[in-house]
Amino acid sequence: MSQTLPALTRADIEDFLFHEADLLDNWRLADWEKLLEPDATYLIPPNEAPDSDHRTTLFTIADDRERIRQRIIRILDPNCHAEFPHSRLRRIIGNVRILSTEADLVHIQANFACWRYRRNERIREYIGQYRFILRRTPAGLRIRERRVILDAHELGSLGSVSFIL
Amino acid sequence: MPESYIIDDRDQQLFLLNREALVCADVLKAEMKNIFAKCWIYVGHGSELKSPGDFVSRRVAGRPVIFCRDQKGEVRCLFNTCRHRGALVCAERSGNKRRFMCMYHGWIYGNDGALVRVPGDEAYPDSFDATKYGLRSPARFENYRDFWFMCLDPDVIGLHEYLGPATGYIDLVIDQSPSGRMEVIGGIQEYDVAANWKLMVENSVDDYHLPATHATWLNFMANSGVKITPPKDKNLLLPTHGKAVDLGHGHFTTDNINFRGRPVAAWIPLYGEEARPEMAEIRAELVERLGDARATRVADTNRNLVIFPNLVINDGSSVTIRTFYPAAADKMHVIAWAVGPVEESASARARRLDAFLTFYGPGGFATPDDVEALEMVQQGLANWQDDPWSEMSRGMAREDEQMNSDEHHLRTFWRQWAKLMEARP
Ligand code: FES
Ligand SMILES: [Fe+2]
Repeated sequence: MSQTLPALTRADIEDFLFHEADLLDNWRLADWEKLLEPDATYLIPPNEAPDSDHRTTLFTIADDRERIRQRIIRILDPNCHAEFPHSRLRRIIGNVRILSTEADLVHIQANFACWRYRRNERIREYIGQYRFILRRTPAGLRIRERRVILDAHELGSLGSVSFIL
Repeated sequence: MPESYIIDDRDQQLFLLNREALVCADVLKAEMKNIFAKCWIYVGHGSELKSPGDFVSRRVAGRPVIFCRDQKGEVRCLFNTCRHRGALVCAERSGNKRRFMCMYHGWIYGNDGALVRVPGDEAYPDSFDATKYGLRSPARFENYRDFWFMCLDPDVIGLHEYLGPATGYIDLVIDQSPSGRMEVIGGIQEYDVAANWKLMVENSVDDYHLPATHATWLNFMANSGVKITPPKDKNLLLPTHGKAVDLGHGHFTTDNINFRGRPVAAWIPLYGEEARPEMAEIRAELVERLGDARATRVADTNRNLVIFPNLVINDGSSVTIRTFYPAAADKMHVIAWAVGPVEESASARARRLDAFLTFYGPGGFATPDDVEALEMVQQGLANWQDDPWSEMSRGMAREDEQMNSDEHHLRTFWRQWAKLMEARP
């Protein structure tokens, strides 16, 4: 059936990523969750080993689908002190590329800059690369793996990653 | 400066901390002299250096150092400062090298620190003795079971004596490993906190804060099938009994009966049904090797251990080594590692790392709220001149054993801190 799928353009991927960014920046996490496949993962590896495996290496975040669900419950709870009141987030996405496609899976990468504003003037910049595996479904593109690679040499300066990056 | 930073009135059962200790740059200066230059400070774990030539460079108590294994296999701590005119001789964070070459004029050092080459050395007078220009090391550098510490004071007591009864608590962690060898797992977590470093000491062992600060973690555990029921005993704040132990020299630990699951070896639904048989095996190995009582100690208690002044070993949801350094009076750098038995199976290792992330680290379900709490304190402390005292008397009236949710262990830290800060050489 993969042969019957029409060609995917970079604009399609961009539309998807811009839409996702909009949901995340606006804390519409219930809608964002609908973009996830049942086997979706959300990974932030250590930036010295961006391709490593979370089963052998300590990551910052290595969520399976259920953990993502729990993460959303947590960060929307007013008792999630690190995100209450919510950070204001704004991300810019560029350099979008389709790396490869196999059957219904599409490997893409994009650069991102995300600014996080918290009360009391703390501004943090998260710069890095998204490496996603997307799945083409009848309902549109869905997320299978979401790997977020941060560029900062001193990851410490970023503090907590208590929102969805 | 106040006459004393603490009011420790055992008759009135009152313990107060002067908040100036948490905000003033002068205090930090004095700490660098009286504490960080006088105490044993954690540098790294031997397992970070697997082969000769392996090195990591990091800042320890503000000092850039190279923690490395030389060609003979000996673990070293070298100041990362060229003996010529002072440049760092190692810019990479980790790797394997026989030699460190200074990029400025090209002096070359062996990984034992010896100066092995000086370009154009014919221009130096005959009195120039290259053997005297090896990279310097801290005055003392010793280990306890591969936990390596440095001390800048040559006259300090030995590390083993310094650690005292804390060694028993380190042993308990290491007993997870059948061969008695734990290793640092690849992947470092780092997170700066805009707060005074001593707040992290307090927070690392302060079980009083768990219900309020970590309400969402408790909720997550409940959602994951781990019932954490409120205690029936009115003396308890947390579901099970826990105590706080003073280990001397400012070290202390909590020592709690587990209620939250442990990779070695207390199964909870969060680990999944499929984990059950292997965890039963891990448990059986413990009992076989250590006997029932000791196995229970290893598998069914959680301990957050503080080695004065800035090393924390948490043996809870997973094992983590955490150390932190002040960058300013209101800012610290935190580094954390995950630790596991060297012979752990792939599935057990994966479970350990997953359990780690349920609680710890900048993306964990608990640590970000700790960071938030510390930063909220630091911001609140801007009123220190108008509201100068923090209240830390919790549990002081207790005659018997001190609870983990009291502030006895925090007082232990502050008493040692005040003693060292008030010592006038
Ligand atoms: S400063 Fe290192 S060689 Fe000159
Ligand atoms: Fe905490």
